[in-house]
Amino acid sequence: MNITERSLKDHALALRRGEYSAEELCEAYFSKIQKEDPVRYSAFLDMSHEVTVKQARRADRLLRQGDAPLLCGIPYAAKDNICTKDLKTTAASNILRDHIPPYDATAIELLKKQGAALLGKTNMDEFAMGSTSKSSAFKETANPKDKRLTPGGSSGGSACAVSAGLAPFALGSDTGGSVRQPASFCGCVGICPTYGAVSRYGLIAFASSLDRIGVLARSCADGALVLSAICKRDKRDATSLSLSLSPDECIGGVAGLRLGIAEELFSDAVSSKVKDAVLKAAEVYRSMGAELVSVSLPSLRYATEAYYIISSAEASSNLARYDGIRFGSRSGESASSMDEFYKINRSEGFGKEVKRRIMLGTFVLSAGSYDDYYKKALSVRELVKADYRKAFERCDLILSPTSPTTAYPLLRESDDPTAVYAEDLCTVSQSLAGIPAVSLPCEKRSAGLPIGMQLCGPALSESLLLRAGTAYEEAIK
Amino acid sequence: MRGYETVIGLEVHVELKTRTKIFCSCPTDFGAEPNSQVCPVCLGLPGTLPVLNKKAVELAVRAGLSLNSSIAKHSKFDRKNYFYPDLPKAYQISQFDMPLCTGGYIEIDSDGERKRIGITRIHMEEDAGKLLHRDGATLIDCNRCGIPLIEIVSEPHMSSAAEAVAYLKKLRQALLFAGVSDCKMNEGSLRCDVNLSVRRPGEPLGTRCELKNLNSFKFIEKAIEYESKRQIEVIEAGGEIVQETRRFEESSGRTFSMRKKESQSDYRFFAEPDLPPLTLSGAYIEKVRASLPLLPDERVRMYKERYGVPVSDGEVLTQEVEFADYFEECARLTRYPKSAANVILSELLGIIGPGDSLYRIAPAHVAAVCNMTGDETVNSATAKKLIRLMWEEDFDPEERVAREGLAQINDEKAVRAFVISAISKCEKAVADYKNGKETAIRSIIGKAMGESRGRANPTVVASLVYEELQIL
Repeated sequence: MNITERSLKDHALALRRGEYSAEELCEAYFSKIQKEDPVRYSAFLDMSHEVTVKQARRADRLLRQGDAPLLCGIPYAAKDNICTKDLKTTAASNILRDHIPPYDATAIELLKKQGAALLGKTNMDEFAMGSTSKSSAFKETANPKDKRLTPGGSSGGSACAVSAGLAPFALGSDTGGSVRQPASFCGCVGICPTYGAVSRYGLIAFASSLDRIGVLARSCADGALVLSAICKRDKRDATSLSLSLSPDECIGGVAGLRLGIAEELFSDAVSSKVKDAVLKAAEVYRSMGAELVSVSLPSLRYATEAYYIISSAEASSNLARYDGIRFGSRSGESASSMDEFYKINRSEGFGKEVKRRIMLGTFVLSAGSYDDYYKKALSVRELVKADYRKAFERCDLILSPTSPTTAYPLLRESDDPTAVYAEDLCTVSQSLAGIPAVSLPCEKRSAGLPIGMQLCGPALSESLLLRAGTAYEEAIK
Repeated sequence: MRGYETVIGLEVHVELKTRTKIFCSCPTDFGAEPNSQVCPVCLGLPGTLPVLNKKAVELAVRAGLSLNSSIAKHSKFDRKNYFYPDLPKAYQISQFDMPLCTGGYIEIDSDGERKRIGITRIHMEEDAGKLLHRDGATLIDCNRCGIPLIEIVSEPHMSSAAEAVAYLKKLRQALLFAGVSDCKMNEGSLRCDVNLSVRRPGEPLGTRCELKNLNSFKFIEKAIEYESKRQIEVIEAGGEIVQETRRFEESSGRTFSMRKKESQSDYRFFAEPDLPPLTLSGAYIEKVRASLPLLPDERVRMYKERYGVPVSDGEVLTQEVEFADYFEECARLTRYPKSAANVILSELLGIIGPGDSLYRIAPAHVAAVCNMTGDETVNSATAKKLIRLMWEEDFDPEERVAREGLAQINDEKAVRAFVISAISKCEKAVADYKNGKETAIRSIIGKAMGESRGRANPTVVASLVYEELQIL
């Protein structure tokens, strides 16, 4: 078996047994990326052999000393909106084309401490706005199952890298489904932890009240190992909380688990193929001793609109700092006024989707429309939270599709952005509620594209979520 | 001008005296090399997040309590969005609809009457950077980005430049006493914008203009006088006041339109998602209240009641925190506290120069001099001399008096010897006195004091000189 096909856990054991060194392991992934990524996937942006090898050698020293942390010597990839001082961090935007942050994000710092080795940065939708990874200013990433299809987004590069065996795990970010949806399209596991469980320090902000760093992995067990290493209260993030997660708690049965099914998450927009696959998974849970409970989340019909209003509003503010003075090409140098200067730099630096969201966000916060849009969206957000609170009185976790469809052709062009936004219906409500969710592949079928199912639970229920995910993975092995 | 009344409200920005910035741990020192006190957070680099400085909250609460405001147990931070090169994030973190403090007042003296000036609100926010224009280029200094500020908004309760300045002086004094800020206008740690309108008495409020760039009390006074005259002239000429921001020009003493209201930005305020709401417990607020020093007005009252210091003297002693603290220390150490007030007011405040500290003389030494004067161990001339000498170089006055024999001579026999000696040396003055020129007695008294090297009790000298002259 090719070593790049192994699970993270296997690598950790092999490294400790001395089967191969961290340097050999990193080299194996690195050369695979170099060979395959440019021709087949286009998942990676900035990489540095020197940086990776340096970290791998350090890991080998730690491993030799014994008592090395769990992720020591494990290579990984990180989405390009997570700051790394060793590699460029562009958020796939022209406006940050050559940006090298002077600091590491907290999540990167924690992985460094563990001895994990960064392979490179992964492609994404510009500033994480999108669900195809096509709005990247630099390249189009392919779905590893079929290169004519989208890997999903915005963490498309990370999902592709994990599914294609270019990295044992990757960090992504999830604002409205950006870890979960590409995981479902590419056929890997995507974990979106409770808001605040992983520090946002060093994650380039899109929508601060919704942004979370998440994990893409080959299995729930692998994901649990990574998440347990990066979830830590961080004094540099005032919204961070403390989630204690031990990978051991993520193993066990689901007997007696009350699994909620919400009609609103199986609406007509969901394809019957996807519906069937997820309902079949529900039957698997029932056969393992779980109880299926039907729950209701009525406010979800407004969730997508509320999500786009709130996320765009925050984005319009978060992205205002890219004004050409410190970031961007500053081609407005000859402008006759300050406003003109900003206009030229920003028009040139941002792509179409980012501009659309900035305009939308600026509009909904403006004096005349604040009450009609932004304030209402905040009320919807409260209703969504209340609906979930109520639902979790009747069940432990809720099962749903991750995305209404499977991966679609990269060539698909839509001139109706709201139709594309509507495809986020299964993932945005958990974002608004700040609760954790995991996407994992439904039972493997010999033919056909991956279908993702999503489990979500109350805040800080990660161990239960991952235990339920692992139980399913074991059941369909 | 007659027939009009001026209505003034002030917005005062005050830098809080914290060691570090409001959302990061960069130092707040004034006057450092440009961009030497910056980090990824206050530069607004992608991915960074603000974390609220606890000390800044405490100082803002102190400010509120000192100004009689009520402190909100629940407040929050908001983003004020606008583009300007000195604002790295393109938004300022401020407080919009739920400020930390609401209500409050300051009492001022207006034409001999006490007047209460209301305070609308006090909120916390971060400062922006500074633009430096040099050789045709504009440079940005971000050292000031993230310095903690409070904005104190008054009600439009003032009606003259004098009242506005009185309010500012009282405000400054209260904040200095509470240890909230250095309040140095020249360093920008206290900045004031003026909102001003005019109206005929009884009429509704007129349209107001906001005046900016007021860097001293003197300029504030000038700007208010100029602007109210300007507005009255516009109205008298049949014109209308336009709501706008006007800039005060120091060289001409005039105000000029900067921007009209229509072109003012829509700041698109919304709750800062990077900071959780600020919640303060009642116990916390009470703890801060208990730690507040007595405020100037309370101290003046206390000086009068406890030490018999007249209110007018008390007001001088409370002009600076140091004066008041110094006086209180001296007063505690002497049996003659009122005399300590006199020493500070008539001696020390006369010789203290800018940058000097009263603590050049240990309060215990001033107290000792007051004790010796009060006990008539030394006379007032010696006391004065001792204070002046100690200001040059501090020493223990009791020890000096004993060593140099400076103690006052009260013994009548000893004093009479000096008097007799003086009379024998002042033939002309004695003759003048005998011929009816009564003022001649003064030079004889002076001579007698001189004979004693200044040590004789002057009252005893005077009465003995008179006595001796009668029997001559």
